[in-house]
Amino acid sequence: MGGSFNSNHFVFLMMGAVWTLALTMLAFVSGGVLGFVVSLCRVSPLRALRLITAAYILLVQGTPLLVLIFLLYFGVSMAGFQVSPLLAADLALTVYSSAYLGEIWRGCIESVPREQWEAAECLPLTRTQRMRLVVLPQAYKIAAPPTAGFMVQIVKNSSLASVVGFVELTRAGQLVNNSIFQPFLVFLIVAVLYFAMCYPLSYWSRKFETRSGIYARVQPE
Amino acid sequence: MSYQFEFADVLEQWPLFLKGIRLTVQLSALAVVFGFVVGLLTAIGRRSDTPWLAWSCGAYVEAIRNTPLLVQIFIVYFGFAALGWKVSVFSAATAALIINLGAYTCEIVRAGMDSINKGQIEAAECLALTKLQIYRYVILVPALEKVFPALASQFVLLVLASSVTSQIGAEDLTAVASRIQSETFRSFETYITVAIIYIVLSYLARVLFWAVGLIVFKRRRRLGLAF
Repeated sequence: MGGSFNSNHFVFLMMGAVWTLALTMLAFVSGGVLGFVVSLCRVSPLRALRLITAAYILLVQGTPLLVLIFLLYFGVSMAGFQVSPLLAADLALTVYSSAYLGEIWRGCIESVPREQWEAAECLPLTRTQRMRLVVLPQAYKIAAPPTAGFMVQIVKNSSLASVVGFVELTRAGQLVNNSIFQPFLVFLIVAVLYFAMCYPLSYWSRKFETRSGIYARVQPE
Repeated sequence: MSYQFEFADVLEQWPLFLKGIRLTVQLSALAVVFGFVVGLLTAIGRRSDTPWLAWSCGAYVEAIRNTPLLVQIFIVYFGFAALGWKVSVFSAATAALIINLGAYTCEIVRAGMDSINKGQIEAAECLALTKLQIYRYVILVPALEKVFPALASQFVLLVLASSVTSQIGAEDLTAVASRIQSETFRSFETYITVAIIYIVLSYLARVLFWAVGLIVFKRRRRLGLAF
């Protein structure tokens, strides 16, 4: 027993929370860029491109994120590359988010009314112009709530980075617990901190969710 | 870079993989069955007219959906043990998965029940169905029918999420992988093998739920809704 929970422990947990947010932002930005490419490929007129990205999504969505992290951390370093825990976790979260965001955004792009595409075609806009000027600006609006909803998933799933030793909130909780052994209290505080990060996003996402059911209430764990 | 892939050592361990698969399937099956029941009950509770019941069901759902599964598992396993309520790894893992899935199921089922047209319920009232009959035939079953695809996806995701229980020492497929890779030093091959097994498992789960949907919801099939 190493004493009771004090302010130092709390500060340590808060530092962990900051790293959780940093990891989330990193993964969201890189996963978002890759996911955007994936969603464009999914609606591409090229059949091969559609099939390849469909296979990519199938493979990533069929693998647990934990296995993905292990694969990138232990696997790639065994194969001769040095991978830091942060990089492995960030890469795994990037791949993971790109597959889910790609599917979510594809749904948003496709839910832009058909007439909009047709009208753009009639105005002889090129395919790129049609996408950039007509479809995407409307898709952004539809995409905002489900994207915020998915950010909640990234925040929560960043907890899995703890398994490779990256000190984010969950790992910080484990370390504090190792020194004072009060798991119930420590992990409850950790849970409350996660809740404080996730709930505003969930709330906002639900408030603005469109009624058209683009984002079925299925959320990956 | 040239990396020599060597799957032989890893595949030699197939009895261990089988054991891991068995536990993963067991955990997922228990969690899906009981998680569904919990979710159904909380969905009904959340729609009830009793304020405290509706509120506490809502609080449960929000608390679970906004915290990571890993932390929930730690609370159930380490937390309750420290409070003097010792549970085995398997029960803790199962309980955590049930609690987790219950919250997600609740949201999906509730969305389905909320989408039932008011006119349907009024029509049922005019036909003098009792409250219980209305709930069962007009609200619950059609709602489940509607949201079944979403439920099925959530259940498939649970199979994958069960991998997180390896972190408290449940000997599931992921834990088996850690063991094999530390014995064979073939981590890349091990995790690729495990990823493929998970992909196959989640595909099989999808087929299973599709078949269940066909059998349970005969009307779905008649209406041509059975994907």
